[in-house]
Amino acid sequence: MQKIYLKLLTALLLLNLTGCGYNHFQSLDEEAKASWSEVLNQYQRRADLVPNLVNVVKGYAAHEKEVLTQVADARSKVGSMQVTADVLNDPGAFAKFQAAQGQLSSALSRLMAVSENYPNLKADQGFRDLQAQLEGTENRITVARNRYIGTIKDYNVAVRSFPENLTAMMFGYKTKPSFAVENEKAISVAPTVDFGDKK
Amino acid sequence: MKFKLKASLATFCTMLIFASFNVDAQLVAVPALTKRVTDLTQTLSAEQQSQLEAKLTAFEQQKGSQIALLIVPTTQPEDIAQFGIRVVDAWKLGRAKQDDGILLIVAKNDHKMRIEVGYGLEGAIPDLTAKRIISEIMAPSFKRGDFYGGINNAIDKLIALAAGEQFPEPDHTTSNGQNFNNMLPLLLFGGLLIGGILRAVFGRFFGGTLTGGVIGLLAWVLGGGILAAVFFAVIAFFITLLGNSGLSQMGGGFGGASSGGHDTFSGGGGGFGGGGASGDW
Repeated sequence: MQKIYLKLLTALLLLNLTGCGYNHFQSLDEEAKASWSEVLNQYQRRADLVPNLVNVVKGYAAHEKEVLTQVADARSKVGSMQVTADVLNDPGAFAKFQAAQGQLSSALSRLMAVSENYPNLKADQGFRDLQAQLEGTENRITVARNRYIGTIKDYNVAVRSFPENLTAMMFGYKTKPSFAVENEKAISVAPTVDFGDKK
Repeated sequence: MKFKLKASLATFCTMLIFASFNVDAQLVAVPALTKRVTDLTQTLSAEQQSQLEAKLTAFEQQKGSQIALLIVPTTQPEDIAQFGIRVVDAWKLGRAKQDDGILLIVAKNDHKMRIEVGYGLEGAIPDLTAKRIISEIMAPSFKRGDFYGGINNAIDKLIALAAGEQFPEPDHTTSNGQNFNNMLPLLLFGGLLIGGILRAVFGRFFGGTLTGGVIGLLAWVLGGGILAAVFFAVIAFFITLLGNSGLSQMGGGFGGASSGGHDTFSGGGGGFGGGGASGDW
C-alpha cells in the first residue's frame, strides 16, 4: 500500500518539476549566457580596433595628447577586466564592466570628434576604413545589447513570477542585471553644439 | 457632490485623450515580404523591378543565398540601422543554418542607404567592403539621380562577392514542389476514378482503404513528401467512402488551395547580427 503512495508521490513531484519551471530555467539561463557571450564578443571586437585607430590618428594629430591618452587608458582598463558569464550573477562587477565600456565609448567619440578638425586625417584611407569598421562594430554592439536585454527580460520575468519564483529561490536563480543607461543625468541635458570661433 | 464627480471624471477623460496624443512618434512599419524587390517610393519602373527580381531569383536558385531590396521613403524617427535590423529580424532572409541573407535598404527622402549582411556572409562581405560598395558604387550614381544604375551595380557586386563563399547546395525540392502542385488535380481525378472502381469491386470500406493506399503512394512517389502522402491518402479514403456527392466540393477546395500562394517570396530563417554598413548621398 505504501509503495503505491510512494510511486504516486514521485510521479507527482516529477510532474511538478515542469509545472514549477525548473526545465524552463535551464533553457532561459543558457540563453541569457549565450546572449551575454555575444555582447562580450562584440565589445572585444571594438577593443581590438582601438590600437590601430590610435596609431592612425597619432600620425596626423600627435599633439592631441589628452584625447589619445584617454583612449589608450580606457582601452587598457577594459582589457584588464576578466569578464565571463559569472559577471551576470554579481551586480557590482556588472556595473563596473558597464562603466569601463562606457568610458571607452566616450573616449572614442571624443577622438572621432577631434579628428574632424584634421582634414588630412579624414581623407586618409586607412582612417576611413577604421571608421567604417568602428561604426559596424558599434552597431553590432547595439544589436547584441538589445538581444541581451530581451533575453534577460524573459529570464527575470520567469524568476519573479509565481509559482516559478519558488523554484528559483530553491535552486538559487536570481534576477540578472540588464543594461542601464550609464549616466541618466548627463543625457537629460541637451547637448550643446559648439562650432567654435572658426570663420 | 455629484457635480464634483462629473467634473473630475471629465478632467480625467480629457487627460487620457491628451496622454494618448503624447505617444512616441510612430515607427515605420516593417513592410510585408512578398517579393525580392520592394519599392515603396515608385523610384524604379516596373521593368527595372522585374529585371532585378529575375537577377536575384536566379542567384538564389543557383547559390541558395537570398538578397533583397527595400526602398522606403524614410526610416525616421529611427536610424536606418535600427530600422534595418527590425526588418531583417522579421523577414529572416537567407537559409536558417547558413544565415546567408543580404538586405539593401534605401531611404530615399533621408538620402541614406544601408547594406545589412547576415552572419554567414560577414566573411565575404565585411563591413569595410559594404561601406566601399555604398560610397564607391551607390553614392555617386544616386547623386546623379541614377537609382537603378547604382542599385544594379551594387547588387552585381554583392552577388559576385557572395558567390565566392562555400555554401551547401541550395535545396532543389522547390522544383519538385512545383511539379507536385501541377499533379494535384490529376491525383484528385485519379482518386475519383480508382475510388469508383475499387468501391464497386470491394465495397465502401475496403475500396476506400485501397484507394487511400494507392493515392498516398502516388503522392509520395511524385515528390509530395510523407506528410502530404498521408494527407492525400486520408482524403482519398473519405472521398471514396462518401461517394461522388462530396467530391465536387473537395475538388474545388483543392484547386483553390493549390493555385494560390506559391509564387510569394519568403525568408528562409536566416539570422543577422547588425553587420554591414550605412552611408548617405
